Amino acid sequence: MKIEVLGTGCTKCMQLEAVVKEAVAKSGKFAQIEKVDDIVKIMEYQVMSTPGLVIDGKVLSTGKVLSVDEVLELMNK
Amino acid sequence: MWYELSKEFIYSTLGLEGKLADAIHFFVYDTLKIWFLLLTIIFAVSFLRTWVNTEYVRAHLQGKSSFYGHVGASLFGIITPFCSCSAIPLFLGFIQARIPIGVTFSYLISAPMNNEIAIAMLFGIFGWKVTSIYIVFGLSVAIVGGWIIGKLGMEKEILMDVKPIEGELEATLVKLTLKQRAKEAWNYSVDIFKKIYIYVMIGVGVGAWIHGYIPTDFIARYTGEGNPFAVIIAVLMGIPMYSNAAGVMPLVEVLTSKGMLLGTALSFMMAVTALSLPEALILKKIISLKLIGLFFAIVGSGIITIGYLFNFIL
Repeated sequence: MKIEVLGTGCTKCMQLEAVVKEAVAKSGKFAQIEKVDDIVKIMEYQVMSTPGLVIDGKVLSTGKVLSVDEVLELMNK
Repeated sequence: MWYELSKEFIYSTLGLEGKLADAIHFFVYDTLKIWFLLLTIIFAVSFLRTWVNTEYVRAHLQGKSSFYGHVGASLFGIITPFCSCSAIPLFLGFIQARIPIGVTFSYLISAPMNNEIAIAMLFGIFGWKVTSIYIVFGLSVAIVGGWIIGKLGMEKEILMDVKPIEGELEATLVKLTLKQRAKEAWNYSVDIFKKIYIYVMIGVGVGAWIHGYIPTDFIARYTGEGNPFAVIIAVLMGIPMYSNAAGVMPLVEVLTSKGMLLGTALSFMMAVTALSLPEALILKKIISLKLIGLFFAIVGSGIITIGYLFNFIL
C-alpha cells in the first residue's frame, strides 16, 4: 500500500502527515508513506485544497486534517 | 441578554464604579458576544460548506460565459474556505481547467475578503446592515477587479507552465450523513475558534481601553471628516494586518463609535482581509510581480473608491 500526503508545506499538511504515520503504526500494515510537496505533482492529482490524502493513486480526501480513525477507515477500504 | 448579565456582574456583584467598571463591562460583554457569534456563524458556514468544495466550484465554473464566471466565482468565494497557503494549487487548478484568468482572480479576491471569520466579526460588531453592505461591495470589487484583470490579457504573466486537463471535469463529492457533516463542521469551528479567540480578547481589550481613555476629538480629527486622506491611509495600514481580522475589527468598532467615518472603516476592513502580504509572497512563485502589483493596485483602488463613495453618501 502506498499512501501519499499532498501539501506544499502548510501546518495542516504536516499535521495530516503525522496522523497518517500514527494510523499506519496502529494498523500494523506495511505501507509506504510519501509526502508530496511538488506542486506540479499535486496538480496532476487535480487536488486544489491541500492537504490531500492519496492511497494507491486514488484521491480520498482533500482540504482537511483527518483523524487517525478516519485514516484507518480509508486504509481498510 | 449578554449585556444585562455582564452589567449585573460588574456593577452589582463586584461593586465596581466609574471608568474602570465601564471598560471592564465593555470588555466582558463584547468578548462574550463576539465569541458566541463567531462559533455560531463559523459552524453554519462550515456546515453548508460540506456540500461545496473548491474542486466542485472548479468543475462548475468550467466553460461558463464570462459574466456567469465572474459573478459565480465571486459568490462561491463567500462559502468556500480559503487560506493563503492554498492559493497556489487553487490558482493553478483553475487555469488547468481552462477557467479564464480574470474569473480566477474574481474568486481569489472574493474568497479571503468574504471569509467566515470576517463576516462573523462584522455581524457581531456592526449588525446585519453593515455586514450586507460589506458583502455587496466586496462582491463588486471581486467581480469588477477580476473582469479588468481578464481584459488586460495577463496570461503570459503566469510563470508556470500548466497543462490543461482535457474534457469536462467531474467533481467528486463524498456522500456524508447530516450527522457526519455536523460533526465535521463542529470540529472545524472549534479549530478556528482556538486559533483566534485570543485575538478577539486582545482586540476587544485594546478597544475597551480606547473606549474609556482616549478622547473622542483625537480620533475624530485623524480618522473623521477632518482628514481627507483617511481612507487611503486606512487601506495602506490594512495590508500588513491580514491574519488578525479577528483582533482588528473590535478596534474598528471603537474607532467608528468615536468619530471614524464608516466608509473609512469599511475600506480598512476590506484591506485587512483582501490585500494580504503573505498571499502576495506566495503567489510570487507562480505569477509575475507585474501581475501581483496590478492585482493589488486594482483591488486597492476599488476599496478606496468604495470608502470615499460611502463617506460621501452617508
